[in-house]
Amino acid sequence: MAIEAIDLLNRRLLFVTGKGGVGKTTVAAGLGLLAAERGLRTLVCEVDAKGGLADFFEAPTTDFTPREVQPRLFAMSMDTEESLKEYLSLQLKIPLIARVGPLARTFDFIATAAPGVKEILTVGKLCWEVRERHYDLVVVDAVASGHIVGQLAAPQGINELVQVGLVRNQTGWMIDILRDPTQTGVVIVSAPEEMPVNETIELAARIDAETDVDLAAVVVNRVLPELFSRAEEEVFERLREPDRVATLSRVVDGDVGPVLDGAELAVTLRRTRAGHLTTLRERLPDDLAMLYLPYQFARTQGMRATRRIAESLGEELGF
Amino acid sequence: MAAPTRTPVEGDEDRARTLEQLLAAKEIAISCGAGGVGKTTAAAALGAMAATHLGGKVLVLTVDPARRLANALGLEQFGNTEIRVPDAAFAASGVEPRGELWAAMLDTKRSWDDLVRRHAPDPRTRDAILRNSLYENITGRFVQSHDYIAMERLYEIHTSGAYDLIVVDTPPTRNAIDFLEAPERMSEFFSSRLLRWLTAPSKSRVLSMASKPFYRVADTILGSQFLGDIAEFFSLFQTMAPGFVQRADAVARTLSDRRTTFLVVSTLESAPVREAEFFIAELDARGLHLGAVVLNKVLPAYLRRTATTGVARRLCADADTIAVKVADGVAPPDQVARVLHEVGESFLNYQVVAKRESEQRAEMARTPDLVATVPYFDADIHDLGGLLRLGEQIWR
Ligand SMILES: Nc1ncnc2c1ncn2[C@@H]1O[C@H](COP(=O)(O)OP(=O)(O)OP(=O)(O)O)[C@@H](O)[C@H]1O
Ligand SMILES: Nc1ncnc2c1ncn2[C@@H]1O[C@H](COP(=O)(O)OP(=O)(O)O)[C@@H](O)[C@H]1O
Ligand SMILES: [Mg+2]
Ligand SMILES: [Mg+2]
Repeated sequence: MAIEAIDLLNRRLLFVTGKGGVGKTTVAAGLGLLAAERGLRTLVCEVDAKGGLADFFEAPTTDFTPREVQPRLFAMSMDTEESLKEYLSLQLKIPLIARVGPLARTFDFIATAAPGVKEILTVGKLCWEVRERHYDLVVVDAVASGHIVGQLAAPQGINELVQVGLVRNQTGWMIDILRDPTQTGVVIVSAPEEMPVNETIELAARIDAETDVDLAAVVVNRVLPELFSRAEEEVFERLREPDRVATLSRVVDGDVGPVLDGAELAVTLRRTRAGHLTTLRERLPDDLAMLYLPYQFARTQGMRATRRIAESLGEELGF
Repeated sequence: MAAPTRTPVEGDEDRARTLEQLLAAKEIAISCGAGGVGKTTAAAALGAMAATHLGGKVLVLTVDPARRLANALGLEQFGNTEIRVPDAAFAASGVEPRGELWAAMLDTKRSWDDLVRRHAPDPRTRDAILRNSLYENITGRFVQSHDYIAMERLYEIHTSGAYDLIVVDTPPTRNAIDFLEAPERMSEFFSSRLLRWLTAPSKSRVLSMASKPFYRVADTILGSQFLGDIAEFFSLFQTMAPGFVQRADAVARTLSDRRTTFLVVSTLESAPVREAEFFIAELDARGLHLGAVVLNKVLPAYLRRTATTGVARRLCADADTIAVKVADGVAPPDQVARVLHEVGESFLNYQVVAKRESEQRAEMARTPDLVATVPYFDADIHDLGGLLRLGEQIWR
């Protein structure tokens, strides 16, 4: 695993996606922190406007201008209107800067109607940060499974749809960055549950078929701990027999029933999930890197939680 | 209209409201909430319960169900047309339904095509739209078309009068209120500046382009041909405006009808709860009927018991000494000790989660007086029996 691991942080642009709520923001924040702590100048960009990223660093709400939230770690949120303004002033150098505000708002209309325009403003900004080498690594807390393919395929789509115009001219270099596996990769966050597993398998296939972007890794989040070995499970079964429960209760001076029930629940949950994990592994390409993150029973947000996630990711990556 | 507060009825003082009662009174129940919380499962389970106990014809209208769910309902596959769930599927779990359970899935593309067929002024325009290369692309991403289509299908089926109850599973939107707004947005779109400009005769469009820096920029960036393609498509699309707007308004009225109720589904994790609260507030603001909150995947109550905390702690701390006293006839003491330690530790871990869940529940701002709690089932729900078992937990 160590080889793929190094590969992951050696890329320049990572899109972290997955089913809603599986832990995209958690993993993007963790990857960002890990990279920064390993000395990389890193940008984490939240694309979905839900605004959860800042919480993971206990930082003020992110906006389009990156802010350093930890040494070497910068956080921002995507804003297609701002992205357009930046594009207009940087690329076109049109002498309209003063009037660019209302202009961008009106342009929003067009962007909604014209397929791919919003996507290209997003992907374009991210690729641009990579091309200009402002950061060693850009980690994108990207849109969920349903939309990521459309976003990644937008430059190619626009390229085919639009015959002339600046947008077309701009897509070429973006496509070069996106389709280069040494630079760009997708990370799918999944969970050992039925629906996330199904969605991950489908998404992996779609990324392969419909985009030129490389699938870099699958992160399986919320993995429940294995309680017992096979032999220990038998011991546990024996301890559950009524007379033993009674003895145990006497010895600890309290009803152990609920504690044992709790362990039983934990074992069953783990077992159901293990089945889903097996399905996931079987249906994904053999050589795909898979990283496992434990379920966090304690706090799941804030710097402490993010650091724990970063540590787990680091271990999985062989650091 | 806010959720009606319960007015005691003579001789019925301590009967709390139930989902059975709610669904007996309504014609449409819409299951909504964050992704993955169990909207589809709850909708299917309640539909099955209604068919079993209330009788009549019940339809579960669902969006992208897991294939497992189709199997659970004993169906090979769902389609845009409604399919009857065979009685055999009920019989397998020892249930004889009083009524009929039907199921249908939303096929967005087919539904859009049907809409175009219905509203296009003439066959030529219809074909031009359906064949337009931008059609699929734009309907796929525009005005939350998925949400609109779901509500539109609901309206269609409801007005057909074929069912006594329709339980609707809402699409996994990024924002749960998108589908409430979809009908309005659809009408708004047809009167928008964007559409007017896009569909202006091309000559005046060029003129206005030349006169306004915005259009000049749009033209530079997108290229005039692309803009032209877009304009052509929308000119066609606009011919459907009258029918569309009328229809969207009717769909919106169905949502606020007294016969419609909303079921907000959530787990007790922080993000879904926040989304549920937001959704409840939106329902209030729009005068829509909040029938019940369904709290799903809730950890069992015994995990929260404080008395047990001490026991679990002792198991961890004194595993070795305790093991010696109970190991006889079980296993070597050190192995027993390890098991006891794990058991205690695991309980304490889950207890933290269970307590966090209680706090989430307590902090939930406004809930209706009908809150149903579904326990976390430790195995997946993979057949009608499973759905009915889940339903039993919340029905009465
Ligand atoms: N390993 C874990 N163990 C326990 N809880 C976790 C874990 N990873 C994430 N969570 C929690 O799950 C919730 C969802 O996580 P997160 O916000 O990262 O998901 P997301 O995929 O970004 O969601 P969205 O689709 O809404 O953007 C959060 O409350 C987070 O703290
Ligand atoms: N009470 C429950 N206990 C255990 N698993 C559940 C429960 N309710 C739902 N599930 C499972 O959770 C997953 C997501 O449920 P689903 O109904 O598809 O959610 P949604 O429609 O809100 O996205 C499914 O695999 C389902 O079987
Ligand atoms: Mg997120
Ligand atoms: Mg669903």
